[in-house]
Amino acid sequence: MTASEGTILQAEDLTKEFKGFFAVDGVNLSIKRGSIHALIGPNGAGKTTCFNLLTKFLPPTRGRITFKGQDITAMSPADIARLGMVRSFQISAVFPHLSAIENVRIALQRQRGDSFDFWRSERVLNEFNSRAAELLADVGLTEFSNVQAVELPYGRKRALEIATTLALDPEMLLLDEPTAGMTPEDVERVAALIKRIGANRTILMVEHNLSVVSTISDTITVLARGKVLAEGNYETVSKDPRVVEAYIGGGHG
Amino acid sequence: MAVDVQTTSNVAPVAQRGAKGMSTLHMAIFAALLVAGLIAPFFLYPVFLMKVLCFALFACAFNLLLGFGGLLSFGHAAYFGAASYVAAHAAKVWGLTPELAILAGTGAALILGVLIGSLAIRRQGIYFAMVTLAFAQMVFFFSLQAPFTGGEDGIQAVPRGHLFGLLNLRPDFTLYFVVLAITFGGILFIYRIIHSPFGQVLKAIRENEPRAISLGYRTNRYKLAVFVLSAGFAGLAGATKALVFQLASLTDVHWTMSGEVVLMTLIGGMGTVFGPIVGATVIVTMQNYLATWGAWVTIVQGTIFVIAVLLFREGIVGVISKWVKRPL
Repeated sequence: MTASEGTILQAEDLTKEFKGFFAVDGVNLSIKRGSIHALIGPNGAGKTTCFNLLTKFLPPTRGRITFKGQDITAMSPADIARLGMVRSFQISAVFPHLSAIENVRIALQRQRGDSFDFWRSERVLNEFNSRAAELLADVGLTEFSNVQAVELPYGRKRALEIATTLALDPEMLLLDEPTAGMTPEDVERVAALIKRIGANRTILMVEHNLSVVSTISDTITVLARGKVLAEGNYETVSKDPRVVEAYIGGGHG
Repeated sequence: MAVDVQTTSNVAPVAQRGAKGMSTLHMAIFAALLVAGLIAPFFLYPVFLMKVLCFALFACAFNLLLGFGGLLSFGHAAYFGAASYVAAHAAKVWGLTPELAILAGTGAALILGVLIGSLAIRRQGIYFAMVTLAFAQMVFFFSLQAPFTGGEDGIQAVPRGHLFGLLNLRPDFTLYFVVLAITFGGILFIYRIIHSPFGQVLKAIRENEPRAISLGYRTNRYKLAVFVLSAGFAGLAGATKALVFQLASLTDVHWTMSGEVVLMTLIGGMGTVFGPIVGATVIVTMQNYLATWGAWVTIVQGTIFVIAVLLFREGIVGVISKWVKRPL
């Protein structure tokens, strides 16, 4: 596979072996710039491992990853984030004892580059307050600005996490099960939010909720046992007999 | 982290809209402490007070690393003690003025912090604690064997000298105000670090390191930076103490000293601003006034520690902070 014009992220022969067990086995992925790409598959298919490999939170056993044409296989996770590919986590990843607005501000603070200035007052961070408030408003958290993240209900935590990720204004977002554990209303709100932010960004997400996947994603890759089983839009994938057998189980579709 | 900062509620509540630098409440407490510090020597023995001040600064330095960086070092005596030796040597053998001797000691602690810190931060939790302890033991054996440290005797009769070559520091009363200025300045500087853009990233790392990495922060560099800063302030405290007691000895580099500063911080309330000051005051006062009890002091200390862990895990100031629902 060669990287074409429209490809932002590409993985070739991506493999992760844990003591003889291949969690991810020779996966080729090519994510089109500006698309919403979903990664689905039954439990243990290797979706989250794949995420960890792409963002270098795990080193791959084999394979090559390129982002924006640059080989990132040997880069550190922080440097990948700096290139504009930011991930979320499956378990909600907030800074629990900081307020919602402080959570978002930590991400906005990255615009200053490194913050090693320990002699300066934190008041310099107030310049980010209005942008932080906007981001919180975007995800419906305005009234919770000064609430500690640990005290927010689950769905709100996920929303805060998305606001924090968006604060970096990344070219590419990797969302690990963004709607997991949410109430139906929250799911709808977050799905709409993802669709909206995906208008001018590339999004790769792991998602279990098929109705979310079918409504907002452009391309779907189905993983099973660490391998790519099928790829295409929802129509194609949901009719693929191998997918029906391995994942959907015949009843859906 | 060996001490799990994330799940326990050891961290003081945040109650701020926007970043203010210093809240009015904290400003009032600092002012009250300063007034108390200025009046105290008229009523209490200055040398005892200076010991309290040095340990308050030491505990605040340690708390910067544990309470705000989330890193439990079990070898902070290394920086405290090494700085104390270097300052004592500089004042006695090189004949430096006290401010330069203290600077030399602090510098030594900073360098030691860079060396040990850059190796230790590669490990996490209990392994981090063990690595810091191992290096601190090396510093201890170095202090025992090296020719200039005086072995079991330490460096005695360190001259206090003249501040900037002018002000004679021999009288305890004069020296007291210099020590008060150093301690107060040091603690205010630590306060500023906690409430700086750097401090904000530090808290994020303490709260959720993978998330901070995923936002693009190279967390190891921040951890090293706070380690070195903490070692430096511990050194400032140790160097000052050497001039106060005119002595640098093995006690200052012994592992029990590392344990004592953990104790002070936890009793006072880790992750709070004023906790380490309270903790240091309580422990030093106990050691001083119960000194006639001999070994029983350790037992009393141990009992208090057990009670603190069982009944008020947030420490004295942590508990008060919860009562008044304000971060202290």
